[in-house]
Amino acid sequence: MSPIIETFALTRRFGSTVAVDAINLAVREGEVFGLLGPNGAGKTTMLSMLCTILKPTSGTASVDGYDIVRQHAMVRRSIGIVFQDPSVDADMTARENLQMHADLYGVPVSEQNDRIQSVIELVRLEDRVDTFVSTYSGGMRRRLEIARGLLHYPKVLFLDEPTIGLDPQSREHIWDYIQKLREREGMTIVLTTHYMEEADRLCDRVAIIDHGRIVALDRPSDLKKGLGGDTITLGTDDGRVLRDLLVQNGVSDVITVQDGEVRVTVSDANVLLPRIIEAAVGAGIRIEHVSLSHPDMNDVFIHYTGKDLRQEEVRRKRFGRMAMMRLRRAR
Amino acid sequence: MSEIRGIYTLWLREVKKFLREKPRLLNAFCQPLLWLFIFGTGLRFSANVAGHNYQEFIFPGLVCQAMLFTAMFLGVSVIWDREFGFLKEILVSPVSRPSIFLGKMLGVSTDVMLQGIIIFPFALLIGASISPFVFLRALPIMLLITVGLTCIGLVFASLMKSFEGFGLVQTFINLPMFFLSGALFPLSNVPQWLVWVSYANPLTYGVDALRTVMMGGAWAPLFPMYVSIGILLAFDAVMFTIGIYAFGRTE
Repeated sequence: MSPIIETFALTRRFGSTVAVDAINLAVREGEVFGLLGPNGAGKTTMLSMLCTILKPTSGTASVDGYDIVRQHAMVRRSIGIVFQDPSVDADMTARENLQMHADLYGVPVSEQNDRIQSVIELVRLEDRVDTFVSTYSGGMRRRLEIARGLLHYPKVLFLDEPTIGLDPQSREHIWDYIQKLREREGMTIVLTTHYMEEADRLCDRVAIIDHGRIVALDRPSDLKKGLGGDTITLGTDDGRVLRDLLVQNGVSDVITVQDGEVRVTVSDANVLLPRIIEAAVGAGIRIEHVSLSHPDMNDVFIHYTGKDLRQEEVRRKRFGRMAMMRLRRAR
Repeated sequence: MSEIRGIYTLWLREVKKFLREKPRLLNAFCQPLLWLFIFGTGLRFSANVAGHNYQEFIFPGLVCQAMLFTAMFLGVSVIWDREFGFLKEILVSPVSRPSIFLGKMLGVSTDVMLQGIIIFPFALLIGASISPFVFLRALPIMLLITVGLTCIGLVFASLMKSFEGFGLVQTFINLPMFFLSGALFPLSNVPQWLVWVSYANPLTYGVDALRTVMMGGAWAPLFPMYVSIGILLAFDAVMFTIGIYAFGRTE
């Protein structure tokens, strides 16, 4: 099956900076594909080009079989977009916003009411559909935007930082909707995010972008495995004996001893931990404590980009969303 | 067909927003009253325009002024759409740029026409005799004035980065166009340079045509009606073309 999105050396420059640098990637039909990267990595630029808002400097891409440069009207019919910055009209009701969208996308008038009803139910805004959007919370607006993006039955849904600036509960809701969509509609979803957990939980595959290039692309679980596996830390009175024993048993070759603590790197800690304990008990070695750590997406990210996204998250939170928007505009 | 639906929905949005904005409607109603009854009364008794009741004289000018200011304000306020992100939703839709421009233009033009029409009942208060027939003849002229002005506003919106620049539009477009249109004083007794500059202002032809229709025999037209209409049509065509072009290149 040919990919639903394919980019061919897609490039965008702004003056002398290269925001997206000759990216080639393919997104399969029906998958949730994540673009993960720090601020300014080129995620939004990439998305804007795929949505035909921004023309590439060179290279091109196809979305649902249409060329983004030559056939942008067809591409626009095939996609739904939820922008990073809010884009609903707050002076209108949710229903009016949806109706306008349906008209702009040529949804037949006879189908409009049914479709509006079904998307509004999906995001659970039935009670508020006829109130002005200016009275909505940030999470509700986001949900409305997702509903709107679905109204014309797009083949591909683009979500630019879908949960940025939302409280944990709203974020959880949005994640639920995205999962529902993918299960129920089999829709292809491309999302950008700088939240590790989001990429990990939602995406079938993740591309890590830094300085406009893809530095890694794989399933989240494989990206994590690629780092060399889990770490088991064992506390014992004689670390050296334990180490020799484990090397003998062929548990792992990567073992370090420090202050009586033995750190063992293994491919799958959940399976190997019982074997290690058994071997230690069998040899009469007392184990005082055990701890286990799996690498998370943040470790993957640091590994590939040398940057700690959690730090950025803290910074972002301190600034707040409005400040970020102002910065963005000022640039 | 879907293009027409798109144009319709953009038109509907503009009109709905205009009618919902109660303070603006109140202002639209009251501001001409100030001009007509305070400014108009004052000048009527201190600097009378020979041969005319000054209030009757400025009435068509005030209709034009109200339309001019509304067209500029609403046209430029497309900037708010950009500021609040809504413009993106429209620009990324399959509706073509010329249709987006047309929808916006028709929507704002409808608002501007409404604004002009709101003022008509005041004519009765100053004792001008405006029959339904005169009103109906004034409408097409008002429409010709409206379209061109609305296009100017929209073109500025596509050029300006933020609404802060509206002050400049006020100073360099609104007021000169208003003062140089013959709306407040007749162009028969002023220095020649002022006449020439006024003749370069398309609104002058709008004011003159409107006065010709509304004041009847009491007004000696500066231009024959066909000249005024011809120039207004040309003005509309030029501004509309520039508008389509300006909207086409927004990213």
